[in-house]
Amino acid sequence: MRESGALKLLTDTWRGRFGVAVILVAVFVSIFGTLIAPYEPEASSLDVLQPPSLDHWLGTTESGADVFSQLLVGTRVSVLVGFAAAIISAVLGSMVGIASGYFGGWTDRILDALENWFLVIPTLPLMIVLARLLDPSLIVLIAVIGFTSWAGTGRIVRAQVLTLRERSFVERARALGAGDGYIIRTHILPNTLPLIFASTVLIIAVAILSEAALAFLGLGDPTRISWGTMLQNAFDSGAPSAGAWWYVIPPGLCITLLVLAVSLLGFLYEEYINPRLRRES
Amino acid sequence: MSARWLTGKVAAAILTLVFVVIFNFFLFRVMGDPTTQLARLPQSTPDEIEKLKADYGLDKPLLGQFADNVGDTVRGDLGISQKSRQPVVDEILDALPWTLLLVGTGTLIATLLGSWMGVIAATRRGQKTDDAMLGFSMFTYASPEYWIGIILILVFAVWIPILPSGLQVTPGVEFSSWLAEAADVAEHLILPATAMTLMLLGQYFLIMRSSMVDVLTEDFITVKRATGQRWDRVVRKHAVPNALLPLVTLSAIQFGAVVGGAITIETIFSWPGLGELTFQAINDKDFPVLQGTFLIFSFGVILANLLADILYFYLDPRVQTK
Repeated sequence: MRESGALKLLTDTWRGRFGVAVILVAVFVSIFGTLIAPYEPEASSLDVLQPPSLDHWLGTTESGADVFSQLLVGTRVSVLVGFAAAIISAVLGSMVGIASGYFGGWTDRILDALENWFLVIPTLPLMIVLARLLDPSLIVLIAVIGFTSWAGTGRIVRAQVLTLRERSFVERARALGAGDGYIIRTHILPNTLPLIFASTVLIIAVAILSEAALAFLGLGDPTRISWGTMLQNAFDSGAPSAGAWWYVIPPGLCITLLVLAVSLLGFLYEEYINPRLRRES
Repeated sequence: MSARWLTGKVAAAILTLVFVVIFNFFLFRVMGDPTTQLARLPQSTPDEIEKLKADYGLDKPLLGQFADNVGDTVRGDLGISQKSRQPVVDEILDALPWTLLLVGTGTLIATLLGSWMGVIAATRRGQKTDDAMLGFSMFTYASPEYWIGIILILVFAVWIPILPSGLQVTPGVEFSSWLAEAADVAEHLILPATAMTLMLLGQYFLIMRSSMVDVLTEDFITVKRATGQRWDRVVRKHAVPNALLPLVTLSAIQFGAVVGGAITIETIFSWPGLGELTFQAINDKDFPVLQGTFLIFSFGVILANLLADILYFYLDPRVQTK
């Protein structure tokens, strides 16, 4: 009953359909992008900054490479960094949140202070500093974004665990002699997972935007094309003042569509687990 | 009661700041090897590196270095830029007013426009205006602010060349009066401030809208309506002031995003603020400057959070009785 309700939300609302469609396309392109790209994405040619044509559907870059091919190949970095960083963030956030809420006392005080600190510190400057110190690569980007974005999840998980801890089924298990590990595995975690999932979906969106921003500022993986590095190259080569809309609009639009799709699914899932949020329409 | 609450908040803010200083030191000294940062020429001899270490106090034990660093930071000495050889503090102080001008203008317009749109949408819930505003704010929420900035350049500086695409003032112009100069700066401010506004607008709008929707269903609104007052008067006099409260908290939470936006938007428009300074430091691997801007950004966000807490305390009497 509940499961079919979740599916109905995905298939019966335009938000669900749009989100699922965009994400399916993005995942497909990130796997097969290198195969379907009509050109070698970094092959330079003499056709520099050419507008869209039958040969180059989205025109060419400042080095004469095919914009459409770069766009297809660049999908992989956004999808990979988005999902991987969100998973790191979810694991960190739920570990800290559960430990903090379940054990209480000094553990809670210290972890809560840590959480507050990460919530207050401006994220992009922190990411910039870390990425610059470590010299950017795909792994570094994933780690840096995951490491700086877990605090929100931690906060939500902690609040949920605080109420779960006092519930009768947990007290019953404890009275029967169940250990902390067992209680966390069988009672706390399963009842926290929906919240962890909801906040993780929204972090995917944040991670995609963060990767793009870092890449745009010159802190992307220098060996890989991503939508952020495309925007950086376009901007550095003066594509905006040359009026090369075909070069600057598509990467940003792809970022926007993917972030929008992920966010809409995230909000939809939040409404699903918390029906009070549901719109009347 | 209220004094104790205030002291607690201030103490927490100071503690957060102390952690920033500690974190900043260990991040840059322990994770990045300072000697490789200092010896920028690869052919530096070991002797030269030893001399550099002594000059910068890096031959001392780590704890001694830490004490030096904290002392310097408190005195306002943030080191020397490796690129320009100027004190980092001077570079930051030169850049700060420009960032404040951009961030202030953007935040102000976004707050006014966002709350106005929120009221309109909440009172016309489910109608076309509401849907259009929701769609628009979702789109600006999802799109990178620097991309919006590039599109603004494309449209208003290239296709319809009516506005400058970058810098804060027309270079090489002698202005006849300060008024003429201010007008020139204002003209340069339009595009970056618009990008900043569009970045923030969606969030302000969504918060104001949902806050208004909540307030409008409360009993006192029904009572006011029952007294026969005109609807738009009830909205203006009773609903809006109450719905504005969450916006105060949001402004502070948003300040972290504002800082991020300042970095990318200033980069796009060559706006000579702290963000542009950060961008240059990234490219030049100028670690003292990067460390300084990180410190000042964190300081700004912590201060903004504290101010919002205090403001909220005075605006919402319910917090004071808790």
